[in-house]
Amino acid sequence: APAVAETLGLGRPALPEEIAAWDVAVLPDGTGLPEGSGDVFTGDEVFAEKCASCHGDFAEGIDNWPVLAGGQGSLRDRRPVKTVGSYWPYASTVWDYVHRSMPFGAAQTVTADETYAITAFLLYSNGIVDDDFELSRDNFAEIVLPNAGGFYPDDRAEAEYPVFSVAPCMDSCREPVKVTKRAVDLGVTPEDPDGKPAGTLPDLTIAAASATEE
Amino acid sequence: MSETDEAGTSRRAFLGAGLAAGGAVATAGFARAQTADPLITEVQDWASSFGDAVDATPYGMPIHYESHVVRRNVEWLTESAVSSINFTPIHALEGTITPQGCAFERHHSGAIELSKQDYRLMINGLVERPLVFTYEDLTRFPRTITTAFCECAANGGMEWGGAQLEGCQFTQGMIHNMEYTGVPLRLLLEEAGVKPEGKWIYAEGADASSNGRSMPLEKALDDVLVAFFANGEALRKEHGYPVRLVVPGFEGNMWVKWLRRIGVYDQAVESREETSKYTDLMKDGRARKWTWVMDAKSVITSPSPQAPIRHGKGPLVITGLAWSGNGKIDRVDVSLDGGVSWQPARLTGDVKSKALTRFHLDIDWDGSEMYLQSRAIDETGYVQPTKDQLREIRGLNNVYHNNGIQTWWVRADGEVENVEVA
Repeated sequence: APAVAETLGLGRPALPEEIAAWDVAVLPDGTGLPEGSGDVFTGDEVFAEKCASCHGDFAEGIDNWPVLAGGQGSLRDRRPVKTVGSYWPYASTVWDYVHRSMPFGAAQTVTADETYAITAFLLYSNGIVDDDFELSRDNFAEIVLPNAGGFYPDDRAEAEYPVFSVAPCMDSCREPVKVTKRAVDLGVTPEDPDGKPAGTLPDLTIAAASATEE
Repeated sequence: MSETDEAGTSRRAFLGAGLAAGGAVATAGFARAQTADPLITEVQDWASSFGDAVDATPYGMPIHYESHVVRRNVEWLTESAVSSINFTPIHALEGTITPQGCAFERHHSGAIELSKQDYRLMINGLVERPLVFTYEDLTRFPRTITTAFCECAANGGMEWGGAQLEGCQFTQGMIHNMEYTGVPLRLLLEEAGVKPEGKWIYAEGADASSNGRSMPLEKALDDVLVAFFANGEALRKEHGYPVRLVVPGFEGNMWVKWLRRIGVYDQAVESREETSKYTDLMKDGRARKWTWVMDAKSVITSPSPQAPIRHGKGPLVITGLAWSGNGKIDRVDVSLDGGVSWQPARLTGDVKSKALTRFHLDIDWDGSEMYLQSRAIDETGYVQPTKDQLREIRGLNNVYHNNGIQTWWVRADGEVENVEVA
């Protein structure tokens, strides 16, 4: 018997040009990459024009905008710096995300060649390729990011669930507690005019606010 | 009108003085009124003249006295308000259903406006028949209903390193729980005919960020819903109008809004939202990926920092929420002393799998300080861990999936603080 289930006959066939317009995903093995190429020098120019106002001339980040380069070797630090070079596993994600969703506020305005060039520039900014490097669909699979081996699938079923799935203590479970951290010491929560945390329930013994006061 | 308001205000101020006097003798039994309450003895305006007509409000908003029950944002958390988060006022809600108008938002390139006329859904990749659906097509498929919590993977993430924000709205409020109606994703995939080599689906939105995420085919065929109604009406714009994915039990990022394409592949796409983001850095410098399920969790919503005790000693309702992405909540324990001793709370109302569950514990408060905690246990036997237990395994830089037990320090004056204890 065929594996095809009974269908309702709803929808209509997607045309090749419609699929090409919307399915622009690139997989880790390079599946989905279009024809094209771009070198570091061109990427530097495109980046300066379209990206550097947020991410900095060297992809180092401006103000609180994301840092795209640097931080290698910092993943065990108290404050890790997670960038394309220090953290991301695949160059495919860089190409795909930039092409589809950047620049922020004007997405889908970079061409395939520009995206190759920007990706080449980001690889250079992270010390992964030399300044004469040109990236194309043909050599894409040769790029291996430093943290390619840094991830493993969810292992909570082995590492945590057995530890936590034991009958819990109900009485005399521990010594009396001491307070070690207080959020009020930081004072970073939005506040109501009276200094209470924003959204604190109104005191029902005080006159209700009128509609115009709100 | 202004005359009426002034009169009303003065009466309420008078009432307040009476309550305060009564509170002082509450423990001795019923408070005896010193004088007759004018809210009873005098005819109030609302008991005599008209209220609003039925044509005043075709679609209503909450009464203005409830203006504190709104979404809040914390500006310093993100660099841009269009790739940001806001918080559900869970401190002020009861039951389990989140009103859509104050249910949290998380966007990566803002809340887009997409009409049903302009809406298209594509299914392509490793399928027999790549298809395009209009919104109207989707309304013709057999429907199902699911109630489920949508919890952001980052809910409580700011609290990994310590107690930071003051109020459960801010520390546990990246969550909502709605009753969804839509089409099982399985039916749409059957319409296209998934090929045997198709092992993963990749869902992406119509917005600029796209928010593409990969999901194993088994989950897509199990309980994932392509939803267009929430809590009885169309999705709100900010929640994905007109169509979003509902992925019961899984982290909120995978609930792709403004859903425009389902691609079927033989491997995961490893998109930005499942590599750079929504991966969980561990102590050894490696990171977990594909941590989809949200584990059992709970929080006492009142008393809490935004819901202090102002009524004095005596009867006190402890109310809270529990939930698990691994099934139904089986039990919630509450501690008044920071975990030295525990007692089971009541699960109030229906307990649904992968949905918010309400618990209550009624106590007689003697006015002394308390360290309130709640501990959820789900049907797999998993017991919600302490933050220290989680940190022992994961370290401090996990960012996501903080389901550690929350402690509220109830002071003798009834004020409540977010604290950590040792």
